[in-house]
Amino acid sequence: MKDKRYIISLLVENEFGSLSRIAGLFSARGYNIHSLNVAPTNDESISRMTLVTFCSDQKINQLMKQLDKLVDVVNVKDLTQETHLEREMLLLKLRCKKNQREELKRLTDIFRARIIDVTDTTYTIEMTGVTDKLLAFLTSLGEINIIEMVRSGSLGISRGVESLEVNKRGKK
Amino acid sequence: MKLSGSEIIIECLKKEKVKYIFGYPGGAVLHIYDALFKDKEIKHVLVRHEQGATHAADGYARACNKPGIVLVTSGPGITNCVTGLATAHMDSIPMIVISGQVSRQYVGSDAFQEADATGITRPITKHNFLIDDINSIAETFKKAFIIATSGRPGPVLIDIPKDLTDPNVKIPFNYPKKINIRSYKPQKKENDIKIQQAAELICNAKKPMIYTGGGIILGKADKQLHQLVKKLKYPITSTLMGLGGFPSSNQEFLGMLGMHGTYEANMAMHECDVLLAIGARFDDRVTGDTSKFCPKAKIIHIDIDPSSISKIIQVDLSLIGETASILKKLNSYITRHIKKIDYSSIDKWWNKINKWKKKKCLAYTKSNKIIKPQLVIEKLYEFTQGDAYVTSDVGQHQMWVAQYYKFDKPNRWINSGGLGTMGFGLPAAMGAQLAFPKSNVVCVTGEASILMCIQELSTCLQYRLPIKIVNLNNRYMGMVRQWQEFFYEGRYAMSYVDAIPDFSKLAESFGHVGVRIDKPEQLDTMLKDALNIKNKLVFIDVITDQTENVYPMIQSGKGHHEMHLSPTNEDTELA
Repeated sequence: MKDKRYIISLLVENEFGSLSRIAGLFSARGYNIHSLNVAPTNDESISRMTLVTFCSDQKINQLMKQLDKLVDVVNVKDLTQETHLEREMLLLKLRCKKNQREELKRLTDIFRARIIDVTDTTYTIEMTGVTDKLLAFLTSLGEINIIEMVRSGSLGISRGVESLEVNKRGKK
Repeated sequence: MKLSGSEIIIECLKKEKVKYIFGYPGGAVLHIYDALFKDKEIKHVLVRHEQGATHAADGYARACNKPGIVLVTSGPGITNCVTGLATAHMDSIPMIVISGQVSRQYVGSDAFQEADATGITRPITKHNFLIDDINSIAETFKKAFIIATSGRPGPVLIDIPKDLTDPNVKIPFNYPKKINIRSYKPQKKENDIKIQQAAELICNAKKPMIYTGGGIILGKADKQLHQLVKKLKYPITSTLMGLGGFPSSNQEFLGMLGMHGTYEANMAMHECDVLLAIGARFDDRVTGDTSKFCPKAKIIHIDIDPSSISKIIQVDLSLIGETASILKKLNSYITRHIKKIDYSSIDKWWNKINKWKKKKCLAYTKSNKIIKPQLVIEKLYEFTQGDAYVTSDVGQHQMWVAQYYKFDKPNRWINSGGLGTMGFGLPAAMGAQLAFPKSNVVCVTGEASILMCIQELSTCLQYRLPIKIVNLNNRYMGMVRQWQEFFYEGRYAMSYVDAIPDFSKLAESFGHVGVRIDKPEQLDTMLKDALNIKNKLVFIDVITDQTENVYPMIQSGKGHHEMHLSPTNEDTELA
């Protein structure tokens, strides 16, 4: 069975060990973490994580149940099961020769990225978008040399009025 | 009333009606031990190794369905608990381990006796806490007890830095009566419509089979299970962990299933058309090759843990919640649908099962030259009227108890099924004996296993625990030897121990009674007499057949219908 991409949102208690419990579950049960983003939310007792993994349909069901079982996990949702929005941020430091500057400025505009820092030999570019767009931009760079690349990993949120609530699904 | 952190811990335990703490003192818990010294109600049992404390608390929990409590120091104190925590975690046993930690100012500095207790135990506990504020001690204990004992139970560790237990720092004590853990709400009730669907499926079965596990015992669902089976008159089998959940002496019971299960139980699993799995987790020792598992059956699974559903085997209908309450409802729906049962088909099914039973798969070759280990268990069953609390270690002796000691009541059979921990039996027996001081507690073990926690003989003397240890001494790590015989052409690598102590003298040196039985004609009277010695621990060292194997056996990767039978019944014709 071919592995599919899944994007999972989690609300977790902002306590020590929460991140380690989740990361530990993935390594202990043989799942991969493609990307993982963690940050505080408007509720300071809760952190939100967005996690991207590749696995089979059967494995994702088991993974969701295992995540839900962790005592620190307040709520968990597979965003792939509904319409959702995804964004990822990319910071890129490029070595940029004089004769490449024009071209790079043009590419940055086409992809609606921004140049946020310049030296006489480098450009630093910021870009947000879905992962595919970031990858397309990276491909378009051609000969231009990447000095450093930083990606946030995907962030996700449901479309419309749907939301990931603090009360656990069906367990109110 | 203002209390110190140490006093708060003791008060929390009292609020939870804790009777015993199994523990071992050390630097980081000295304040707590001082508070314990001044307390009159809670009894502390001093073990000889922290692993023994965890197994004793575990045995206590398994015997009386109450959480076992452990108190140990930081560093080696808590690392010695790792095997005991993992054992309890695999078998879903409620346990609270309180570990001292170095003072907060030293945490993370590689201080003397510092270990990252929560980090080390994270994958082998249901949950763990590192307390960082004296004001959260009471709340954390309340949460720990709720988490350990509700839903699918399990061990919880609470790590407490020493400075939080300082006798000079006192705060008001308030133990919360109720607490809401927003991220922890185990599902208790299942949708009635699904229960009704299950009832219909069960009543429409032509070749039904019931397969139960430790969830019956942990969920105290034995009465409801008994009603269900008596109402339906369907065949039932049990996993190693579920033995005693349904009376083994009843005719509906086909014996244990799985790798060393009976012929009839495994064949019925293979042939059944509806399988009702209750509080069992389709462990690999039960299923064999999953692609050959119950090929003709619709499967209904009742379990409290949603992540157990379709983890190993895809099921057709799942009922999630407390086994006892689901079975109660299931029973009432079945009463409504009971007329749908086609008893002529069920009779045919029983006829088939009875033919399999005639195979007498547990028959073994008797001997008057050497003591057969199976006979020892049969005699033990006879002399204890099948009503002892029996603990075991891991290996052949464990399987023989499961096969030949017909448990009729829950909580009587105490063994490490999931993790398979050698060294579990003796400390677990201490816990069971403390839970039931007047009952017979027997530890069936082997000469390899018993040496893994032998130091606890000293604890047994201190607390005058009259445990009876039955050591099936075949001078081999029997199960390892059996696999080497079958799969490694008899190359017995490291499975023979060349220097075995004289166990009866060893027991005597610890202040107990030692008995050695090595002739078949002595077995009856000597075993009976030894078991009848009151108020004393008796170490009964039984010298048994070195080459006996556990049968039937399903090799890993084989299906239920592909059992190896004992040479004793290989020649009897297959029904």
